[in-house]
Amino acid sequence: MKLYELTLHEAHGRLKRGDISSRELTGAVLDRIGNLNGDIGAYITVDRAGALAAADAADARIASGDVVPLTGIPLAVKDLMCTEGLKTTCASKILEDFVPPYDAAVVEKLKAQGAVIVGKTNMDEFAMGSSNEHSAFGPTRNPWDRSRIPGGSSGGSAAAVAADMCIAALGSDTGGSIRQPASHCGVAGLKPTYGRVSRYGLVAFASSLDQIGPIAKDVRDCALMMNAIAGHDPRDSTSVPRNAPDYTAALKEDLAGLRVGIPKEYIEQEGLHPDVSRAIRSAVSTIEGLGAEAVTVSLPHVRYVVAAYYVIAPSEASSNLARYDGVKYGFRNTSGDDLLAMYRNTRSEGFGPEVQRRIIIGTYCLSAGYYEAYYGKASQVRTRIREDFENALTTCDAILSPVAPTPAFPIGEKVDDPLTMYLSDIFTLSANLAGIPGMSVPCGFSGEGLPIGLQIMGRHFDEETLLRVAHAFQCATDFHTSRPTL
Amino acid sequence: MKISKAEVVHVADLARLELDDAAIDRFAGQIDTVLAYVDMLKEADTQGVSPTSHAISLSNAFREDAMKKSLDREAALANAPERDDENFVVPRVIG
Repeated sequence: MKLYELTLHEAHGRLKRGDISSRELTGAVLDRIGNLNGDIGAYITVDRAGALAAADAADARIASGDVVPLTGIPLAVKDLMCTEGLKTTCASKILEDFVPPYDAAVVEKLKAQGAVIVGKTNMDEFAMGSSNEHSAFGPTRNPWDRSRIPGGSSGGSAAAVAADMCIAALGSDTGGSIRQPASHCGVAGLKPTYGRVSRYGLVAFASSLDQIGPIAKDVRDCALMMNAIAGHDPRDSTSVPRNAPDYTAALKEDLAGLRVGIPKEYIEQEGLHPDVSRAIRSAVSTIEGLGAEAVTVSLPHVRYVVAAYYVIAPSEASSNLARYDGVKYGFRNTSGDDLLAMYRNTRSEGFGPEVQRRIIIGTYCLSAGYYEAYYGKASQVRTRIREDFENALTTCDAILSPVAPTPAFPIGEKVDDPLTMYLSDIFTLSANLAGIPGMSVPCGFSGEGLPIGLQIMGRHFDEETLLRVAHAFQCATDFHTSRPTL
Repeated sequence: MKISKAEVVHVADLARLELDDAAIDRFAGQIDTVLAYVDMLKEADTQGVSPTSHAISLSNAFREDAMKKSLDREAALANAPERDDENFVVPRVIG
């Protein structure tokens, strides 16, 4: 087994025992990145020198007997979390040379454990997209089939994990951006409860929906990453003052006494690919075999999720992205002769087409005379959707569903058809609107050999039940151990 | 039609975006399709329903009013497209 193939918990064991050094492990991962990144496009920035320095520091720390789960582990960070002194571009021309003067809270936490940050991963520009095609620096390719998308917007993080170009990664999820690429790349991904992980230093897209979480090779690794990043942070006023548990304690092998809900609206969903349907049905049977009881639940308002989301998210984005004006940081177009021309030229040249579309949709929805009909109404429908999930979760402990309606689609297929692209988010948007945690875990392969993910959603702050179901499922299956041939 | 080309240009201008003719043609159709789709929200019965702005609602996230170190000026100016020793520099504001 090559060192870069190790899971986080395996690598930790070897580092702790002194079988390997972080320098060796980090070197192996950096070489792997060097060999593959030209094809996969998983990273925007690779920090070879910084990573090797951090690896040496980790080795010294380990030698002194101070080793915690992330010490010396090479990790990737999505390129919208600030890293002090290391470029953070959001995959946008408007931030192409931005070097943050501080670390995001999650990056501080990784560094405090002695983790090695190898680089910043590719994404859809400002996290707006489901395919990683909307990156100013070129698309990411799916390691399982390089003619296909890896999913988005954390597609670089998911592809990097799947291709062993890091041991684990951080992503962010506003409407499925951790779970959907994890599903398409055959790895595990967890979107925590809104407010569970600090967003201090995360570039804002839609502030009432954004959440940071792990993408990793297995469920135990997700739990270890959660242990590192979860918890209250007064610098993020939406961070919830509530202690985070030891997530590894939730990893049990049976599901006795647990009830899982199967939403009837999702079973009846039009456009569900037969291979996805088959994989999900089979996963539900496996979970029943582990002792869980499956019950049918109803989410009557989920038919509105795409509509509500594509009002709320662009509205909030149009406001958040007003700050990119060519004044304090980032790209500036200097061709105009006054301030207003500078704003217009900078933003029109600096933002890509999908970001511009969403800014226009959001500005329209928030403009005088339209606010109530769009943002106001969508926020009321959001209440209905949240209540649907809260009600369903009184009769079951977790909800099971597909992550995406189809396996990864070919690059270029939907890029000029925004609505069709948005409809591919139908199963993941709800968790963000309801603020609940959601997870993707590999549960099968399509006839063409493409990974399929099972989504597990749960109650607010009950990431533990998700991890428990996902871990028990992994103990009974081997989908998560398959890796693409590269 | 939910939105005309002229409205797209107007809204883009509010957002400080300037679209060329090709972009106006492309965006107007795409944005119209999205707005026509989201129209289904009208069918949802939301009589008397309070809006959700944040799914986990916190009120009054207080912190101690203590002095803390902030970014020093040089760090704050380091990414500026144009600056002098102490300030961000912008083009002419008043014509």
